[in-house]
Amino acid sequence: MTAEWPLWEIFIRGQHGMSHRHMGSLHAPDAETAIRNARDVYTRRNEGVSIWVVEAAAITASSPSAKGPMFDPSESKVYRHPSFYDIPDDVGAM
Amino acid sequence: MYAQMVKSTGKGVILREEMSPEERAFQDRIDAGEKIEPKDWMPAGYRKTLIRQIGQHAHSEIVGQLPEGNWITRAPTLERKAILLAKVQDEAGHGLYLYCAAETLGISRDEMTEMLLDGRMKYSSIFNYPTLTWADMGAVGWLVDGAAIMNQVPLQRTSFGPYARAMIRICKEESFHQRQGFDIMMTMARGTDAQRAMAQDALNRFWYPSLMMFGPSDKDSVHSAQSMAWRIKMNTNDELRQKFVDQTVPQAEYLGLTVPDDSLSWNEDKGGYDFAEPDWDEFFEVISGNGPCNADRLAARTKAWDDGAWVREGLLAHAEKKRARERAAQ
Ligand SMILES: [Fe+2]
Ligand SMILES: [Fe+2]
Repeated sequence: MTAEWPLWEIFIRGQHGMSHRHMGSLHAPDAETAIRNARDVYTRRNEGVSIWVVEAAAITASSPSAKGPMFDPSESKVYRHPSFYDIPDDVGAM
Repeated sequence: MYAQMVKSTGKGVILREEMSPEERAFQDRIDAGEKIEPKDWMPAGYRKTLIRQIGQHAHSEIVGQLPEGNWITRAPTLERKAILLAKVQDEAGHGLYLYCAAETLGISRDEMTEMLLDGRMKYSSIFNYPTLTWADMGAVGWLVDGAAIMNQVPLQRTSFGPYARAMIRICKEESFHQRQGFDIMMTMARGTDAQRAMAQDALNRFWYPSLMMFGPSDKDSVHSAQSMAWRIKMNTNDELRQKFVDQTVPQAEYLGLTVPDDSLSWNEDKGGYDFAEPDWDEFFEVISGNGPCNADRLAARTKAWDDGAWVREGLLAHAEKKRARERAAQ
């Protein structure tokens, strides 16, 4: 058995000026083929206007076990949200 | 269904008291409706059962292209041909989404393919029936994709993130499949006597195999109970089969076709139809390899795999050469 084609993560920009979004992954021998295959696999119904492909092995992910220490600290910082502040109605729209 | 009779590991639902602290925390996350992601801790049985289930589901999408692929060159009009081609191409996509979901659990694509080809992994029994006439393209879209939708819609809420996301994408595309099938049936049912007879014959042949897609009753199955506790199975087989019959019978009536079941009758009390069970002996024969087309289907997959070997190897060699050349140029 020969080696498998590497895995690529596929990011696609939809029609409406949004950022590229992760759509899924696929195997391809190289980046150009990954883009061609991504077109066939993920944009058969006009889902995109631009494709990025990244070799899955090149992605570094945060560790699931570090989820607490990584993300919990922002939970208590309610003052980062506009709703934290009571502005009297008299002030008008703000 | 597309994943029939997937056995979970172990002897039944693990009781809370028997769980390790990790298992308990894991079950709590599932009970709270949280998604499990590939790198999260999970019990070995959850991982193994999901690999079997998603793998079988993926294989079904891929093998499922064969009975319909049979008619692409013989579609009655150019438009029907383009539609069928698009439908079959979608199924290839479904297979790919699902293989990728399974791969996140630590099995490789090649391993899964080899397990399909040597019989260690299965695909849905439905694809071992032949497609004999053009009306079968109608019956397959209407009934087979219809039954698949019944199962796949609840799976959009399954606990394993990559599986749920694949299901969401798949469900978006399935509705076209069922509608194009029903459209073929409508056209034939409103056509000549010969066309109507062909449509009826397709319904006759695909009715019971479609009911078999949900698998035998599993209300007493410990495997199913564990899968339901893990939220990788959302309904019992009987629930889904009942739902499918209740939805499909009025559609058959609309077409002016007769469901091939003399015992079919509306049961006011349960608010659903009473209907005859398919022949489960036939089902077990088909999933153990003795259906009308099992040998053909596997032979076609094996041939595609073997004939494609030089392409896989060649493109990989080319990519490596190109990379080496780029490195040398730097
Ligand atoms: Fe599908
Ligand atoms: Fe489909």
